[in-house]
Amino acid sequence: MRFTDARLQPIAEKVFTGERLTREDGHALFETDDLLGVGRLADHVKSKREGDRVYFVINRHITPTNVCVLSCSFCGFARKPGEAGSYEHTIEDMVGMVKDETREVHIVGGHHPDWPFEYYERMIGAIHAARPEVQIKAFTAAEIDYFWRRWKLEPSEALRRLKVAGLQSMPGGGAEIFSPRLAKLLKYTGKADPDRWCEIHGIAHGLGIKTNATMLYGHVETPAERVEHLLRLRAQQDASGGFLTFVPLAYQTATTKLVPRQTPPADSLRTIAASRLLLDNFPHVEAYWVTLGEETASIALHFGADDVNGTLEDERIQHLSGAQTPAGLAREQLFRMIRDAGKIPVERDALYNVVQVYN
Amino acid sequence: MLEQIREKALNGKRLDREEGRHLLTDAPLLEVGALANEVRFARLPERVVTFVIDTNPNYTNVCVTDCQFCAFYRKPGDAEAWTLTVDEVLAKVEFAAAKGATTVLLQGGHNPALPLDYYLTLVRETRRRFPQVTPHFFTASEIRTMAQVADITMEDVLEHLWEAGQRTIPGGGAEVLSERVRTRIEPKKGGPQAWLSVHRAAHRRGFKSTATMMYGHVEQVDDLLDHFDAIRTLQDEHAGFTAFVPWSFKPGNTLLEKWIKHYKGPNAYLRMLAVSRLYLDNFPHVQASWFSEGKQAGQIALHFGADDWGGTLFEENVHKAAAYVNTVTVEEIVTLIREAGFTPAQRTTEYGILRTY
Repeated sequence: MRFTDARLQPIAEKVFTGERLTREDGHALFETDDLLGVGRLADHVKSKREGDRVYFVINRHITPTNVCVLSCSFCGFARKPGEAGSYEHTIEDMVGMVKDETREVHIVGGHHPDWPFEYYERMIGAIHAARPEVQIKAFTAAEIDYFWRRWKLEPSEALRRLKVAGLQSMPGGGAEIFSPRLAKLLKYTGKADPDRWCEIHGIAHGLGIKTNATMLYGHVETPAERVEHLLRLRAQQDASGGFLTFVPLAYQTATTKLVPRQTPPADSLRTIAASRLLLDNFPHVEAYWVTLGEETASIALHFGADDVNGTLEDERIQHLSGAQTPAGLAREQLFRMIRDAGKIPVERDALYNVVQVYN
Repeated sequence: MLEQIREKALNGKRLDREEGRHLLTDAPLLEVGALANEVRFARLPERVVTFVIDTNPNYTNVCVTDCQFCAFYRKPGDAEAWTLTVDEVLAKVEFAAAKGATTVLLQGGHNPALPLDYYLTLVRETRRRFPQVTPHFFTASEIRTMAQVADITMEDVLEHLWEAGQRTIPGGGAEVLSERVRTRIEPKKGGPQAWLSVHRAAHRRGFKSTATMMYGHVEQVDDLLDHFDAIRTLQDEHAGFTAFVPWSFKPGNTLLEKWIKHYKGPNAYLRMLAVSRLYLDNFPHVQASWFSEGKQAGQIALHFGADDWGGTLFEENVHKAAAYVNTVTVEEIVTLIREAGFTPAQRTTEYGILRTY
């Protein structure tokens, strides 16, 4: 493989021999002009792991409430109690949202000031009882941490009880960018900090709960902060090993306007590719079509991504923050996104068990 | 085979048909893109991406050619058929000129009711009243229609247009330059020679033109290669093409929609651009479009060998008829080109630089 930037040559040798990339390598991946060089390396890694397979899941989002005690600067979703547009779903509402074809539900919501932990426990229990075949992926580490902040419930206890109720895996949200500078600047200091976020994922992994990890990029963070974030996740995966998928989230500008425009598609492709290369111990890297748009998500399947998430019925958090993509994509559209890239759609469940290969 | 292609492409040697086939089919997309990008910078070393301030109005939707891919046309006498007067067209030119347009790409249906003088007046009056605007008028098949209606040769029509002040011709109506494809989707428009011969004659007279391709319908790889071979060979004769401009067929509201439900997506587009940069070794420019494939794919295309980003297209009706709409301002074009990591430069119809941002 040849590169227009000589700095990629030694990185390529490491990639081909399976040697771990360093922090400096990470910086080079974000700095180089040779975007397609980074992409080709990531594609090499992805293809070696997964061939032409690209995963998707038939899933839906449930956001129990948008009432939130936090005021994160990047969020267009949260509302204060009683504020116009705030809502609180009942457990019956939420059970009713799970349709027949759904294989995974993704449950993430605001940090509600009053709902006791038992409400969440009953929510999971009720959905699980009504639809035992549906896999429940619920609550970010930030929410688990909030149960401790609000109700002094230890994460290990909360996760143990939720697992008993029917929780099978955890989403990767709430990580934002692991940076004290940005936590202060963007007002998310009231949320699990990087140590706590990683600690909770470690506890989940210890309990046999698989989890994802995210990174919110494309606002005011630096490339070096992205690299630190990725290295921190890699170290946690070395320690606890339960991460399934890394999901880079492109910041949506519409309501909170930290920056005037969404980061360009080339930056998203580069971020996905660099993640694939740095996170050598993560099984999967996702092209999250909701924040990328369908075109870029499809192209990203050549830049190291092996998953497009899913049909995502009723996604709200990104859409209330301004995402322009349709809220929920039919299976046919996901197929097109995958096949346009010349890849093979593979339907999976929440834990990456293969449901069907669509050759 | 990719290594052999790389060797040839970087040493200015012409790729053959089998190499083109490999690039269009089996070669990994990013390998093709990276090589196209390398060739682009070897030929045009500056990180500049050009665009034109233009508009794309139409003078009539009346057409007797019944192309199956077209959602724009209406038959003569149809309730929705319309033809603009010379003054109405000039009002559109004036509107665009006031917004800074330097190119007006005017085209329309094949309307046998319009006399040659209509077309010549449009050119003459545009030149006279808006000297800053280049009349980039009338595709090859419209020029053929003028010749038929006036009962003169196509060469004579070109001579009249030249005398009226026209110097460039848009490249539309090529679709895919293969007998098989054109017979299937536009049987009344003639084979590849119908398009090629007009451009050949125009180049010989001194006109510049572009070559387009509309892919993503009934064509096979050999048809695409026929197209590439035909325009590359013609370019060897007079070097009259300024740029190659591919876009994907949009099936909405067309007869072909029955068989083809969706446009070919962004990956196919990136491959098409990259292959054209490598295969069309005698074309100065390859145009990516924010318009026809979306702003995301358009931006990414600038890393796949393209060096031009098309125009502002203040008005566009043909894609719109196929339920495909996309708009942009000059400011946004400049921002989007910068975001992609390039220096934006406004150009003329003939690719001269007017202003670097």
